[in-house]
Amino acid sequence: MKRMIALGFEGSANKIGVGVVTLDGTILSNPRHTYITPPGQGFLPRETAQHHLQHVLPLIKSALETAKITPDEIDCLGYTKGPGMGAPLQVSAVVIRVLSQLWKKPIVAVNHCVAHIEMGRIVTGADDPVVLYVSGGNTQVIAYSEGRYRIFGETIDIAVGNCLDRFARVLQLSNDPAPGYNIEQLAKKGEQFIDLPYVVKGMDVSFSGILSFIEATTEEKLKNNECTPADLCYSLQETVFAMLVEITERAMAHCDKKDVLIVGGVGCNERLQEMMRIMCAERGGMLYATDDRYCIDNGAMIAYTGLLAFAYGETTPLEESTFTQRFRTDEVHAIWRDKKELASVDGIDEPGDKIEEN
Amino acid sequence: MEIDAEVKDSSLVLIKQGAEARVFESSFVGRRSVVKERFSKKYRHPTLDSKLTLKRLNAEARCMTKARRLGVSTPVLYAVDPLLHALTFEYVEGPSVKDIFLEFGLNGIVEERLDDIAMQIGDSIGKLHDGGLIHGDLTTSNMLIRTGTNQLVLIDFGLSFTSTLPEDKAVDLYVLERALLSMHSSCGNVMDSILAGYRKSSKQWSSTLNKLAQVRQRGRKRTMIG
Repeated sequence: MKRMIALGFEGSANKIGVGVVTLDGTILSNPRHTYITPPGQGFLPRETAQHHLQHVLPLIKSALETAKITPDEIDCLGYTKGPGMGAPLQVSAVVIRVLSQLWKKPIVAVNHCVAHIEMGRIVTGADDPVVLYVSGGNTQVIAYSEGRYRIFGETIDIAVGNCLDRFARVLQLSNDPAPGYNIEQLAKKGEQFIDLPYVVKGMDVSFSGILSFIEATTEEKLKNNECTPADLCYSLQETVFAMLVEITERAMAHCDKKDVLIVGGVGCNERLQEMMRIMCAERGGMLYATDDRYCIDNGAMIAYTGLLAFAYGETTPLEESTFTQRFRTDEVHAIWRDKKELASVDGIDEPGDKIEEN
Repeated sequence: MEIDAEVKDSSLVLIKQGAEARVFESSFVGRRSVVKERFSKKYRHPTLDSKLTLKRLNAEARCMTKARRLGVSTPVLYAVDPLLHALTFEYVEGPSVKDIFLEFGLNGIVEERLDDIAMQIGDSIGKLHDGGLIHGDLTTSNMLIRTGTNQLVLIDFGLSFTSTLPEDKAVDLYVLERALLSMHSSCGNVMDSILAGYRKSSKQWSSTLNKLAQVRQRGRKRTMIG
């Protein structure tokens, strides 16, 4: 049987990535490029889109070369439909339409959040975990139920990564390789725990008040030598991660699941992984986490999720290959998970065979 | 001190290991009781952990009794132990609303019973809110139906606090709405019946429900039409 191959494009935030994967989850290539802004600044939609435009074509070439494939061998093209920033999303949507017509390949639109989950599941082998998806734009506690990834808890204002990134701007930390990474390194030197607001509402969390509080008090505290920037990073991490672990545990208790999978950019943070691992061990479960190759936005996760949907017969017509800033995780019908449960005896390759006959 | 001795003498049988506390069945001066012991969470910074544990123990004891004064059925509080972070209260016989709704999902809905429970939920929350009490963790696992009387009993006031702001009340209802959607989507629109009950029992329903409409809009990444 010929292996199925997908090419995927991710460009919903400050990273543009192109990935080539096969249906069993083997990553043939996965290059990406990150738009890095000067310290104290975030990335703006227009500049980010220009960055993506500059880098997307060389990335496609490099992805195909590393994977040692020609466009003919590709079965489908996946792209991020949303959620994300409008202008950067537009780049991959336009590229995919051109390639689809140039190479005569079908398009599959992919939800960014679902792609993170599927990538995490295939890389770690987690079967049916509670998923904590934490990044610069999203903070959600998700579990699969009745055909969809349902959101059990989420942030009611800003994402946890956004809270950390914006605090990094207050301290003028570098955005290279990522502001959150630099906070994590600085936090390792922190000794003193500063009391910060702790905001959990049922299974939801809120970070905007914590950010306002720490933004308003940092200058004063540092001037009076009450604490060091490292102490603040340490306390901020301890507080927000404790909130995340708490809502994850609530969701686990609520839907009777034992294992946790952490995905998304903030998921690389080793302190968050450590805290979550302690909580899972106390409950007799396992923590599944990945490193920066898969946690951070990349093209392979989009290609793989697109290929899953394609293998179960889903494609997106050219005229519907749009993008959207708002696209909830629970809007997607995870068709491959229903059928996998029903057809697990026959093996998952069967639907793929049918498509090849056509 | 006599009371402590009594608790220690009687056997403790673990009935549930929750996210934050272990719940034991025991007997208190001859009555069947529940001991809820909050344990320290090792993943948390020790300072943060002791602050949260004590804050929630106090909140739970205070708010449980306040809720009873407002006419909402909660287990009767027997004893508070701030050293062991443990509360002892009445044992309520009966299934959780979560179990009942899940069974409706499996074996078909009994409309009459569903309506009765939804009205009771709305009524209880209305009473709490008018008395300035926010439950803070309204999920179907935190609601029991007492066997025999079919009366709704609210439990787990660990995240409760006092507030009269429409914002806090609306978020309280929103948390419940989300819990229902994620867990009991097969039971139809229970939230509408709950809100009907709420409207009847709360005098300030209109400001809360207006706020609720705003809170719903706030959810992230939601498709907005129009």
